[in-house]
Amino acid sequence: MRAPIQRYRNILDFALSSLLRRKGRNLALICVYTLVIFVIASLIFFVQALKREARELLIQAPDMVVQRMVAGRHDPIPTIQAEAIRAIRGVEAVQPRLWGYYYDPVFGGNLTVMAASDQELAVDSVWVGRGVARSMRVNEGDLISLRGYGGQPILFAVQKILPEASELVSSDLVLMSEKDVRALFNFPEGLATDLAVTAGNPRELATIAAKIVELFPDTRPIMKTEILRTYEAIFDWRGGLMVVVLGSAILAFIIFAWDKATGLSAEERKEIGILKSIGWESSDVLLLKFWEGAVVSLTAFLSGVLLAYVHVFFFSASLFEHALKGWSVLFPRYRLVPALDAYQLTVLFFLTVLPYTAATLVPIWRAATVDPDAAMRS
Amino acid sequence: MIQHPGILALLLASGLVSLLLTAAGWQGFQILRGWNLQSGSEGQLDLERRTYLVSTLVTNALVIQILSLFLFIFTADGLHAQFVGAMCAAGSLSANAHGYPTLLIKVATCLVAGVWLILQRADTQGHDYPLIRPKYALLLILVPLVLAETWLQTSYLVGLKADVMTSCCGSLFGQGRQGLASELASLPPRLMQPVFWISFAALMVSGVVLLRTRRGAIAFSVISFAFLCVAVASLLSFFCLYIYELPTHHCPFCLLQKEYGFVGYPIYGTLLGGAMAGLGVGALAPFGDRKSLTSALPRLQARLVWSTLFLALAFTLIVGIWMLLSPLKL
Repeated sequence: MRAPIQRYRNILDFALSSLLRRKGRNLALICVYTLVIFVIASLIFFVQALKREARELLIQAPDMVVQRMVAGRHDPIPTIQAEAIRAIRGVEAVQPRLWGYYYDPVFGGNLTVMAASDQELAVDSVWVGRGVARSMRVNEGDLISLRGYGGQPILFAVQKILPEASELVSSDLVLMSEKDVRALFNFPEGLATDLAVTAGNPRELATIAAKIVELFPDTRPIMKTEILRTYEAIFDWRGGLMVVVLGSAILAFIIFAWDKATGLSAEERKEIGILKSIGWESSDVLLLKFWEGAVVSLTAFLSGVLLAYVHVFFFSASLFEHALKGWSVLFPRYRLVPALDAYQLTVLFFLTVLPYTAATLVPIWRAATVDPDAAMRS
Repeated sequence: MIQHPGILALLLASGLVSLLLTAAGWQGFQILRGWNLQSGSEGQLDLERRTYLVSTLVTNALVIQILSLFLFIFTADGLHAQFVGAMCAAGSLSANAHGYPTLLIKVATCLVAGVWLILQRADTQGHDYPLIRPKYALLLILVPLVLAETWLQTSYLVGLKADVMTSCCGSLFGQGRQGLASELASLPPRLMQPVFWISFAALMVSGVVLLRTRRGAIAFSVISFAFLCVAVASLLSFFCLYIYELPTHHCPFCLLQKEYGFVGYPIYGTLLGGAMAGLGVGALAPFGDRKSLTSALPRLQARLVWSTLFLALAFTLIVGIWMLLSPLKL
């Protein structure tokens, strides 16, 4: 049993020393390889982390949101409909929600203004998200001025800045009392933006949604699972699209690797010739070349993954965040929670190491089966 | 199609495997046609050199193939959130008609691939390429199988449509589609329990007989394949109930999830490995009379029998211990 292991060890030893002998050339290969892995790994990790973030955020979302549609557009819904929906069997609670967007011309960003029913929130005061506080440069106790529906300025006292932990959702959020929201937007009494429905048993949601549509044909129920599914699909789609775009980079790298593997230097040919003339078989040379490839791939894979990890989880993937997150002026500032699993690494391995290995097979075979005398004479 | 990185990886892998195996198959065909070990002609030398190419290509392709079986299941599992009513890979695979056939043919190609690798291993033990013809004949069977798999898998993955919201209407997919079947048909535990233990005992006995008398290799092979089928059926019928601690959950894929400690990987790994080794014993049986293999072949066969028995025992221990420790009592 020991002899074969010793043989593998010797060949691995030889492979390492022969890699080191051609330092410059192999270093160039490893650098390009690492770069390709780094880019694709960053992408996969980032998309995965965003998906996870979205999933965790939506845990807090209502089971179902009911919107009213007028001429194909979202319209305020009469709060009286909430009563009728509450009467449907299986519905636990219906909460009319009042919210809207406010465009702030000073710093050119959209705020999400929402009514909160918290007792602590006083009239004429607001709670703002960190992003809002940053761009308006306000602190607790300062005043902010928003333009009302008629153009008149309305002053609000900043009572509280929302905690950092919720920044991904609350960055652009301004919470105020219901009365203030209605005054700011001239929102008529008896109407709400939408209704949040909670069901006792989430499995009944589809039936409840069907009953709501039957009762009010002009409404559109949206379930949490649908939102979740759509988010997943969007993130997957964006990630997949980038991978397809980066496919050209992979292809270029493959051609590079093929070229490197095909163009054996005279010295290398001579080396193989000598090895074979002192008794190495073609299969030994193949094994040697396999180990060389494995060392290169493993080094590049590990360093690419490490760099991508640092890029995504310490620098929030600054290279592609705009392509993948969408655009907004009020970007939340947050650090993604590191989430790595074997699946992502396997996908990455399939996307990068497999094409490299496949591209080098034929050149390796060519090198290994060369005739010793021809090799040494060349 | 869903633009998921896992799907792209699977498509890439199956494309590469098809390419490598087609190339290897073409070379293998030429070798089969022109092979004549007695001749010292340049053509024969070239063919001998090409055998290295074929084995390198095929070995690499088959390793990718075996890895991609697990990637496929894991990707199907990860996609379940995008289909209404799907709870795990069982739901995603039934999202269109090509899902389950892809899985089955993937398992089949993995088994054949394993047998090929065993033949290859035996072939390298003899100095005169003793198994070159059967090996390349099997390769010519493997190539269409892999091409069919690539076609099926591509149609499955490309045909997947996520149930995504559109802005124009309240979607409510749940109404249109009555949920995907997450439950597979399962056989009654009362029947399967004795069948499983009998087949386990039969495998052990035939293994011991084969090791002692060097007879019954084909029978052992057949029994080990039967054990694979019975073990999967038993897993669905009763073992998984103990693992899930639910008397109604018969899913073969949830075992692979984190909630159950990834126990599915050792379970399916031991089953597949055992079946490969068991089938390999039978595949080597007809070549006992090759002169250059007279000493190497029995050794290899004995090692394969031991591996089969060990893996079957490992499988039985894993599920058996889980069954004993499970709070669920049927």
